[in-house]
Amino acid sequence: MLSFLPKRLLQLVPTLFLVSVLIFGLQQLLPGDPALVMAGEEKDPAVIEQIRARYRLDQPLPMQYLHWIGGVLRGDLGESMRIQQPVADLIVEKLPVTLQLATMAMAFALLIGLPAGVLSAVRKGSAWDVGANVFALWGLSTPNFWLGIMLIFLFSVQLGWLPASGFVSPFEDLGQSLATTVMPAFVLGNAIAAVLMRHMRSAMLQAMSADYVRTARAKGLVERTVVLRHALRNALTPVITLGALEFGTLLSGAVLTEQVFSIPGFGKLIVDAVFNRDYAVVQGVVLVTATVYILLNLLADVLYVLVNPRLRS
Amino acid sequence: MSTPADPLPAGGVVDAGDPPWRVALRTLLARRTAVFGAVVLALVALLAVLAPWVAPYDPLATSWAAVRKAPSAAHWFGTDEVGRDLLSRTIWGARASLSAGVIAVSIAVGLGVPIGMLAGYVGGWVDAVIGRLVDAMLAVPFLILAIALAAFLGPSLGNAMIAIGITATPIFVRLARGQVLAARAEDWVEAARAVGNPPVRILLRHILPNILPPIMVQATLAIAAAIIAEASLSFLGLGQQPPAPSWGSMLNTAQRFLTQAPWMAIFPGLAIFLTVLAFNLFGDGLRDALDPRK
Repeated sequence: MLSFLPKRLLQLVPTLFLVSVLIFGLQQLLPGDPALVMAGEEKDPAVIEQIRARYRLDQPLPMQYLHWIGGVLRGDLGESMRIQQPVADLIVEKLPVTLQLATMAMAFALLIGLPAGVLSAVRKGSAWDVGANVFALWGLSTPNFWLGIMLIFLFSVQLGWLPASGFVSPFEDLGQSLATTVMPAFVLGNAIAAVLMRHMRSAMLQAMSADYVRTARAKGLVERTVVLRHALRNALTPVITLGALEFGTLLSGAVLTEQVFSIPGFGKLIVDAVFNRDYAVVQGVVLVTATVYILLNLLADVLYVLVNPRLRS
Repeated sequence: MSTPADPLPAGGVVDAGDPPWRVALRTLLARRTAVFGAVVLALVALLAVLAPWVAPYDPLATSWAAVRKAPSAAHWFGTDEVGRDLLSRTIWGARASLSAGVIAVSIAVGLGVPIGMLAGYVGGWVDAVIGRLVDAMLAVPFLILAIALAAFLGPSLGNAMIAIGITATPIFVRLARGQVLAARAEDWVEAARAVGNPPVRILLRHILPNILPPIMVQATLAIAAAIIAEASLSFLGLGQQPPAPSWGSMLNTAQRFLTQAPWMAIFPGLAIFLTVLAFNLFGDGLRDALDPRK
């Protein structure tokens, strides 16, 4: 049933190659000379030469690319020019923070989006349906950094219930960790909940009008069983795939959310690197993000086949 | 897409009672949410255009006598940390946001639609190369690619628009390509080809008018996304540079004064929310109105 997998894996190669060229090419858009920036105030020619040689800025572009991609393939993403630390180490250090945030956000999105979608489909036209649709529109139209600022104002400034910023690892103090991440995770999950609700609603509406649901009803099954065991199981299939694709939105959203809540994760790493003109870090983060996203897409396809019995032959 | 039996009229649109645009307009006007969206958009656009005349104060004029004043009759939205009038800055901010949304999406449509049409019509290796490039661009999450581009181009409103426009291009390439592939198989395209029309003419006079509706819908929704993206970049310091007003950069400053002056954060955020909501409502209505299956 997964016979498509080798072909799909092979297709990833040119895509990943082009992504790497794209990311490498970004640096050519830069107006300034990185060596000049790093040389500091004095602009000592000897220092500039040394920096050029060290970061291979004196070599032709294809050579620079080959050197860079060769390192990447061996797991070496270069070194941060700013803090003289391997980029791979920085990413390994920051990624778990963002993953915790993303997982909690996804949990929020699923807990809100799926029931809201099912309810609004089953009670189509009711106040529930209107409410869920208003919620979805609100989620899709609110910039998540503004929602974050408003939540900080309410829960930190006014009520004093939650810390406004910072991050505590769950291995240090689970309670504090949850307290610092619950607002940012909700902010991140909010927009995805809206998307999931809309997908769930339309998938559910389609399933509810299918023949097998009518048959189930004709057999005299309780409505609850019809909805949960028959319609929902089938409607979930497309939603799983679409949910996996939303991880890209999560990674984009994490950039802003981590900035608002001062969380030292992946998103803050890229923003800081952008302002410090730390190219190696920007390139490394974008490359890892793209790779993760591509693999999640593949995972979504595999999941789709696995949960869809019709595709198992 | 209309698929008339008679392939003669350019664009393949046939007259069956009311012209299709009138049917679409009627459907659109029947949706209250879409009309609400259109009215809000018209108001925001009007404010943006008339900003120099309707804004009560100069958006850049500081006043040490009016630092962080709460909303009042003199300053409806209050004032910021250097005494600038927030209502005036919010009105002027509409200029930055709307123009960023419209220009970024114009870049995306201007690049994406011709490239997509070319890929769909020519096919072969051209299509394969463009397809892989689009895949590669779509593999990087939207905002991260926009941030990387804006960062490497240098922080300014213009560069933010370019970055958002380029980032949004692949969606239009895909859309246009798919639409052209579907249209190519239609009889009226075959007929236009048989009559001896050159490919460019077929693409521009016959296929383009037919694939416009889905592109218009996508463009409306893309403007909503572009406005949020511009606000995000400005919030991060990569878009509109101070002291020029933009909703995103106003929120950036507001965050530092949340305890003392919460109104600084409320109004620019509401402005983004209302504008994006209006585009989403209008786009949803447009999609229903232009849906050929109706």
